[in-house]
Amino acid sequence: MAKFKLYSEESNRSPLSRLWKKFKRNHPALVGLWIFMALLVLAVIAPVVSPYGINQQHSDALLLPPSWHDAGNVRFLLGTDDLGRDVLSRLMNGATYTFGLSVVAALITTFFGVILGTFAGLTRGIRSSFLNHLLDITLTIPSLLLAIIIIAILGPGLMNTVWAIVFALLPQHIHSIRNLVVQELNKDYITAFRLDGANQWYIIRRGIFPNIYEQIVVIFTMALSTAILDIAALGFLKLGAQPPVTEWGAILAENLGLIYIAPWTVGLPGVLLFLAVLATNLVGDGLRQVLKDRKAD
Amino acid sequence: MQPVLKVQALNKTFRIRSGIFKRRLLHVLNDISFCVAEGETLAIIGETGSGKSTLARVLAGAEIADSGQILLGSATIEDDGIRELSCRHIRLIFQDSNRSLNPGLTIGDILDDCLRFNTLLSAKQRLVKIKETLIKVGLLADHQEYYPHMFSGGQLQRIALARAIILDPKVLVLDEALSSLDPSVRAQIVNLLLKLQKESGLSFILITHHLSTVRHMSDQVMVMHKGKIVEYGDTEAIFNNPNSIITQRLLNY
Repeated sequence: MAKFKLYSEESNRSPLSRLWKKFKRNHPALVGLWIFMALLVLAVIAPVVSPYGINQQHSDALLLPPSWHDAGNVRFLLGTDDLGRDVLSRLMNGATYTFGLSVVAALITTFFGVILGTFAGLTRGIRSSFLNHLLDITLTIPSLLLAIIIIAILGPGLMNTVWAIVFALLPQHIHSIRNLVVQELNKDYITAFRLDGANQWYIIRRGIFPNIYEQIVVIFTMALSTAILDIAALGFLKLGAQPPVTEWGAILAENLGLIYIAPWTVGLPGVLLFLAVLATNLVGDGLRQVLKDRKAD
Repeated sequence: MQPVLKVQALNKTFRIRSGIFKRRLLHVLNDISFCVAEGETLAIIGETGSGKSTLARVLAGAEIADSGQILLGSATIEDDGIRELSCRHIRLIFQDSNRSLNPGLTIGDILDDCLRFNTLLSAKQRLVKIKETLIKVGLLADHQEYYPHMFSGGQLQRIALARAIILDPKVLVLDEALSSLDPSVRAQIVNLLLKLQKESGLSFILITHHLSTVRHMSDQVMVMHKGKIVEYGDTEAIFNNPNSIITQRLLNY
């Protein structure tokens, strides 16, 4: 960046680019975004780039510690587990399940949440209050518990976990988006827009959405961090992903018995889970802070 | 002179809660009738809660009256609560233009939407019209690329004005539109309004607390109190010779 401008130029920034400019100054959030991106890329390309197959066993290298340890071997960067499987490859593939599927679940939730929340925000009277009270009831149950109840109905399995998490997250999502829409609808510029002759569809598309989509992203990140924890927790409880699948929670549960002889098999998936949730929350918090700042000036 | 806007026996009531199950009727507008001729200004004054803003919103179509007629020229645009919704000849300028402009859209987009919803102009014609209107209110054509947050209060009020006049309305309702501006900017906007009135024969309905603006701009004054008209007549006559106690109290501030 040049230190001074030779030509005075009007800074003609859209709300979005102002947001990005402020976000860039928030370094923890930026680091979070980089980790988030890295995990996202890893989730997509893990099966291609991982050095070994997830179930490939090396009988000559059981319970090998990570390579920086004296007893380690550079062939297995993060060591092996009790069946001689490469921990690095398993963890990389785990990103696809724990992180990738959480993103999918959060996206599905956001998609339905936005549609239903907007609809709920636009309706009035009996219909709206019925939906509201129904959602309030489901909100009293914690999302993990709700997910477990849904799993109990659908049966265990990875895809069922995703649906369970979607259904468990949906009520609060609808609620938040409904509140945003109702807030927007009461603003003067929506009245003005209506007086310009805008129909309902235009009010939603040009009046409301340009002003709330950033908040929707914030809600998305909150849903995502909950989804990651829920998928891992259900995997750990053996209700979600079943052991051959390399979901981080499932790996943790599988290797729990090895915690004293091979701590790396338990510690590393835990660290990754922590990083994934931390990155998501950093991005979400940063975004929320920036939105608040932008509203202030 | 043939009036351009004629309002007859307008009534509006709100149902408000006054207890858990009790509802109370609040008569906000009670038998309001007046008329405004082309190129004239009617000022509406009154204390807070006298129904001025509701009247402005009813005239502009943001709310519908319970009964009464609004006639524009020879056409009836509202008759006993049935509104001709496609009518854009009465335009409202809000009190706080900062809140009446969508922060997520550029000025050009906001103005373009107005034209797109109400006219059959092509994209090129709309662009020409937007440029013309921006220059008419004393801004630059380049300002259409800007977002509302980049303007000062006076400029925002100009943009709100541009948005109101871009559809070539006959009547402009200014709901406290000048109150939030500082005196010099207010003087600029008042002069701009008077210039536009002279050029295009616009009629204004000016709702304000600011009595010197009323005296400067308006031909007629209407004094409202609790939803009723207490006094209505020529500005000078009322200012020199207020009849009712309410008017006297308002004028001897």
